[in-house]
Amino acid sequence: MSSLTGSGAAGAAAETGPATAAHARHRNLERLGFAVAAVAIALLIAAPFFVYPVFLMTVLCFALFATAFNLLLGYVGLLSFGHAAFFGGAAYFAAHAVKVWHFEPLSAILLGAVGAGLMGLAVGFLAIRRQGIYFAMVTLALSQMIFFIFLQSPFTHGEDGIQNVPRGWLLGFVDLTRPLNIYYFVLAVFLCGFFAVWRIVHSPFGHVLQAIRENENRAISLGYRVERYKLAAFVMSATIAGLAGAMKAIVLQIATLTDVAWQMSGEVVLMTLLGGMGTIFGPSVGAALVVTMQNYFATSDVPVTVIVGVIFVLCVLLFRRGIVGEAIRLIRR
Amino acid sequence: MTMIFGIPLPALLGQLLIGFINGSFYALLSLGLAVIFGLLRVINFAHGAQYMLGAFAAYLLLAHTGIGFWPALVIAPLVVAAISAVIERTMLSRLYDLDHLYGLLFTFGLALILEGTFRWYFGAAGQPYAQPQILSGGTNLGFMFLPNYRGFVVVASIVICLSVWLLIEKTRLGAYLRAATENPQLVQAFGVNVPLLLTLTYALGAGLAGLAGVLAAPIYQVSPLMGSNLIIIVFAVVVIGGMGSIGGAIVTGYVLGILEGLTKVFYPEASNIVVFVIMAVVLMLRPAGLFGKEI
Repeated sequence: MSSLTGSGAAGAAAETGPATAAHARHRNLERLGFAVAAVAIALLIAAPFFVYPVFLMTVLCFALFATAFNLLLGYVGLLSFGHAAFFGGAAYFAAHAVKVWHFEPLSAILLGAVGAGLMGLAVGFLAIRRQGIYFAMVTLALSQMIFFIFLQSPFTHGEDGIQNVPRGWLLGFVDLTRPLNIYYFVLAVFLCGFFAVWRIVHSPFGHVLQAIRENENRAISLGYRVERYKLAAFVMSATIAGLAGAMKAIVLQIATLTDVAWQMSGEVVLMTLLGGMGTIFGPSVGAALVVTMQNYFATSDVPVTVIVGVIFVLCVLLFRRGIVGEAIRLIRR
Repeated sequence: MTMIFGIPLPALLGQLLIGFINGSFYALLSLGLAVIFGLLRVINFAHGAQYMLGAFAAYLLLAHTGIGFWPALVIAPLVVAAISAVIERTMLSRLYDLDHLYGLLFTFGLALILEGTFRWYFGAAGQPYAQPQILSGGTNLGFMFLPNYRGFVVVASIVICLSVWLLIEKTRLGAYLRAATENPQLVQAFGVNVPLLLTLTYALGAGLAGLAGVLAAPIYQVSPLMGSNLIIIVFAVVVIGGMGSIGGAIVTGYVLGILEGLTKVFYPEASNIVVFVIMAVVLMLRPAGLFGKEI
């Protein structure tokens, strides 16, 4: 499927674009991107036969989360330090819907995503009133408020969280307790979310977002209602982050305070930064690395927080483009 | 018994005092944040960790060398300031030319390293730190009982806030600071060593956090995570006050501490979130903050 859209997009570019060297390079990079995507999808389809599926699914959930977060940081230049609220909030909604209301898994996940989107609307409405670092502080503070609300709401069961969430039957006939079934379901949802972000970024709307990132005042003077674009991007990012969180609640069968805590917001920033912000694949690469690292160190007595902090500092000081960002730079040269 | 709005007076005053003490820490920490932000344009996410570092420095001084509260009140902030100066010189100063978000991300990583290390070494549980002998016990004010140490913290924080305000508004060094905030290139051209000024400012802000940590040690327990939850509230305080003015940061800190204390009396369920709710309201009515100018 991806190779088809790949040749289509490249063909369209050849018809319309002037044949400058820059365009040719851009097209080559795009082709390379589609090739990478095709290989990655093939690998992901084969992966559960070689790697523990629950681990893979966790990576996919966090990769989608980081991709959604990157839509905001990488393409609008807005650093939200409160995205855990949407991720963890959706996890609570989906877990509650499945466990107490006996929802079917897909509708529970969609419900979680919609809930996260509504939360995103409220948070975004307040946060876009401030810019730059203030934006980060406002989102952090509001997500902390949401954390306390979840802590005190009876339906989240406080410190215990919602445990033993049943995986159930997808659409009533696919048994999600079987590892391969749920894996391919998660992969499908991930690809849908990932494609949605890719579509948004490459749409005219996405180009306006990038214009805002590059020069907000100029975008305003060109007549764009910048705050509406920012809010729309915020809601989309929150919804897709919610999709990832709700899916995680079904996969790991648990929704807890960890998912809404500020440390989680920091983790998604790290994944995006490490992989390369403003690149399509970067956040997924970063998520895979961070989840692998956490798994690796979880059983040792090495303090994971310290390692996360060290990677953070090193990325900011020496490696601001991230892994994929550096790779693209090397290829472009 | 005297009642106000159906609440017994001593309970009300007790919560007011707790609010005032929390407010003292909000004021001290948001003051440090505002000082750092004013010149460096960096939101110091490590502020909570530096506060924790101050408390631990006092605790370790007492546990390993027997140095008590009063010397620690001087030594611990100096230690925190020195460590922070080194960090600023070697790492943070490389980020000034970049987007300000990198400063936030760097200090966030720093906070994780500091808190993670202490948590790994000391565990998550709190360590008790005895209040100084001379301030044990309490005073009966007639209408309420005031523990001496808490009274001291309130007075000390007001004195510290006022001195920093005076330092910045009334002294020559403060004038350099304010000038460098407005136009660093011009100040540099006049022969002022601006990079040194930046280092000193970061050390001052961090030292203030360390001082707040020592003051907090006898009230709250000394624990690795004591700063991380506090710092988010202080961020909200800073958003409410706006970081344009030092005085604004101080006043907002006290007022919000007291409002939080009052909420504990009248509607305890909301006491955790009242500061954030106020922040949301302020953002709707006065997006630049109460004392702020949009930056």
